[in-house]
Amino acid sequence: MRFILGFIGAVFAGVLLIALIGGIRTDISNPPPRVAADEFHRAPKPLHLASDGPFGKFDKRQLQRGFQVYSEVCSACHSLKLVSFRDLKGLGYDDAEIKKIASDWKTQVPSLNPDTGEEATRKALPSDSFPPPFPNEVAARAANNNALPPDLSLITKAREGGPAYVYSILTGFQPEPAELLKKFPDAKTPANLHYNPYFANLNIAMPPPLTSDGQVEYQDGTKPTVDQMARDVAAFLVWTGEPNLEARHAAGFAVVIFLLVATILGFLAYHQIWDEAKRGVRPTGPLDPENQAKTRRAKSKAGVAG
Amino acid sequence: MSFSWAKPYEPKHPLMRWLDERLPLPRVVYGAIGGGYPVPRNLNYWWNFGVLAGIFLTIQIVTGIVLAMHFVASTDGAFDSVNGLIMRDVNAGWLLRYVHMNGASFFFLVTYIHIFRGLYYGSYKAPRELVWMLGLVIYLLMMATAFMGYVLPWGQMSYWGAQVITGFFSAFPVVGEPLRIWILGGYAPDQAALTRFFSLHYLLPFVIAAVVILHIWALHIPGSSNPTGVDVKDERDTLPFHPFYTAKDGWFAGAVLLCFALLVYFAPNFLGDVNNYVPANPLASPADIVPEWYFWPFYAILRSFTADFILPAKLWGVLAMFSSILLLFFLPWIDKSPVRSGAYRPVFKRFFWLLVIDILVLGWVGGQPVKPLTVAVGQIAAAYYFLHFLVILPLVSAFETPLPLPRSITDSVLHGEEAEAAPVGSRPRRAKTATAVVE
Repeated sequence: MRFILGFIGAVFAGVLLIALIGGIRTDISNPPPRVAADEFHRAPKPLHLASDGPFGKFDKRQLQRGFQVYSEVCSACHSLKLVSFRDLKGLGYDDAEIKKIASDWKTQVPSLNPDTGEEATRKALPSDSFPPPFPNEVAARAANNNALPPDLSLITKAREGGPAYVYSILTGFQPEPAELLKKFPDAKTPANLHYNPYFANLNIAMPPPLTSDGQVEYQDGTKPTVDQMARDVAAFLVWTGEPNLEARHAAGFAVVIFLLVATILGFLAYHQIWDEAKRGVRPTGPLDPENQAKTRRAKSKAGVAG
Repeated sequence: MSFSWAKPYEPKHPLMRWLDERLPLPRVVYGAIGGGYPVPRNLNYWWNFGVLAGIFLTIQIVTGIVLAMHFVASTDGAFDSVNGLIMRDVNAGWLLRYVHMNGASFFFLVTYIHIFRGLYYGSYKAPRELVWMLGLVIYLLMMATAFMGYVLPWGQMSYWGAQVITGFFSAFPVVGEPLRIWILGGYAPDQAALTRFFSLHYLLPFVIAAVVILHIWALHIPGSSNPTGVDVKDERDTLPFHPFYTAKDGWFAGAVLLCFALLVYFAPNFLGDVNNYVPANPLASPADIVPEWYFWPFYAILRSFTADFILPAKLWGVLAMFSSILLLFFLPWIDKSPVRSGAYRPVFKRFFWLLVIDILVLGWVGGQPVKPLTVAVGQIAAAYYFLHFLVILPLVSAFETPLPLPRSITDSVLHGEEAEAAPVGSRPRRAKTATAVVE
């Protein structure tokens, strides 16, 4: 049987060798073509947020500013369907404010006319999730040159780099470098697309959403530069993706401290138990009949009266 | 269990005596994980990982049952029920999900360490062949369960992972494509596949638990192996499982759970793929379809077969991938060396560590996008994997001269510290073979 198995092993190794040689020959004779994205795609710019790291907490004022950017700019095209108005409590809004935000929201919620049963719309309630800007995918594509604006609820968890990616995309629009066109003449950004080195294939369908400082008027007096707005909305989108982040960190510390204490106690108990084994005392203790017999023998040997 | 000095269960409380005469369940537990199971006294920390695997199986079953209460097994509802309902509105739902998600990774991690411990110390050898083979059955069931569980959130990687993995079956001629369609209940993953994967994902952990019981039962017939690989000879070689190994497993489990908690609470998505936070889209595949890390070595083997040679490349890849696990069932008969422990096998030991490096390399390749370099490295590593088990190991076991073994476990433990470590009443026993026999 070992010969059969050895033969099988040699066959697999042989086929792999053939594949390896074939692969090397193709790579040399016909090297894979380089594309513009190999050279010009860039990793996200670093972005530091209050929610970073194990001690991270949300900066609620920044989240509110980010929410303002979302509602005034992004929400024209991007849905946020996993988030409900009631969740805005996490940003520090009170019930009355949330009610007002919901009922003032620019798109309404589909409903039925209670008298006729016909399709109708109504104002959003705090219990509703954010109504999407387009009724369906076809409508969304029709309005955006056949591109589909992704839902933003989880965007910071759905892209490498997370919030740094969002921030980099929003601030990364620029003219296509002349060097790129010189090296890759076929890689000219097509009409209706926009050059952005932070996007995987360099050409993104989304037009630059944040175009000028002061596009949004912040209520807390922060200067609304494009950079600031991009940071704020990235922070907001961390919250939409992970609204329980603060609770998770807090619970984490409690659990880690508990486990640390339990592990140390367990370790001490382990040492005590095993030390007994090494000294030869049976774990059943001095009342164990065998131990008593041994004790008696040892004492009589030493001449001590039992 | 099979040792004559194993302490019998003696119920003290009248209620326990009453129970013992009617349903001796406490007796079984006492003999399995209590004071009635004598364990070699020299086990090192690599022997802690079996218990840890049991702990993580329990964690997965408990969190999984609660998650299933809130999960919506429909192609329209699955993604939102996981990422909306469970992560946001269910009480501590985020905790359940992150524990379940990362629990799978830790379950595989501790199981891999457990398997490699068995490989190094020859735990698969007689009389423990069935323990090893039942362990492999558990591992195969774990792989199936993990794969189907990963499909459930119905993200991009869920969907395309299901597409790729069920696609393996279509590599087989004639029966392949009908088999794939039968498994999926359609031409591509859809509602039928999602519902059946959910059903099986709920069922298989209980099958795993049943095979775990067989695994432990088969283990307790010869008793646990040990780092010297020398058989237990007398009572001095063993310690009762409780309290000695319950204490050792206990504190170590605490330390591992501490690492687990750090991951769950502070980096819950570290091991995951960002693409699975994008809802499944049957019309657009992600740039790179990559399984979870614990499948990477096998994925690398699959993708290493790039040349059609008599058979199509895909079929070679699938055959090799299945063989890479199935060959482990033959290990007790491939490695004929009478010495169990790698510690006394100088040549075997070198090749063992080479294998560990090889599998880590395969894992790295499996997680990388396909590039000429990674493919070439993967092909060399995959070839070594097969050569190691099917050619090198039989040769090593035939020609290697092992180091001299210690006469007994106690001997190996003492190292000249007999005064401190020997049990009360026993005589120092280091060099005198004759006295040892007389004793």
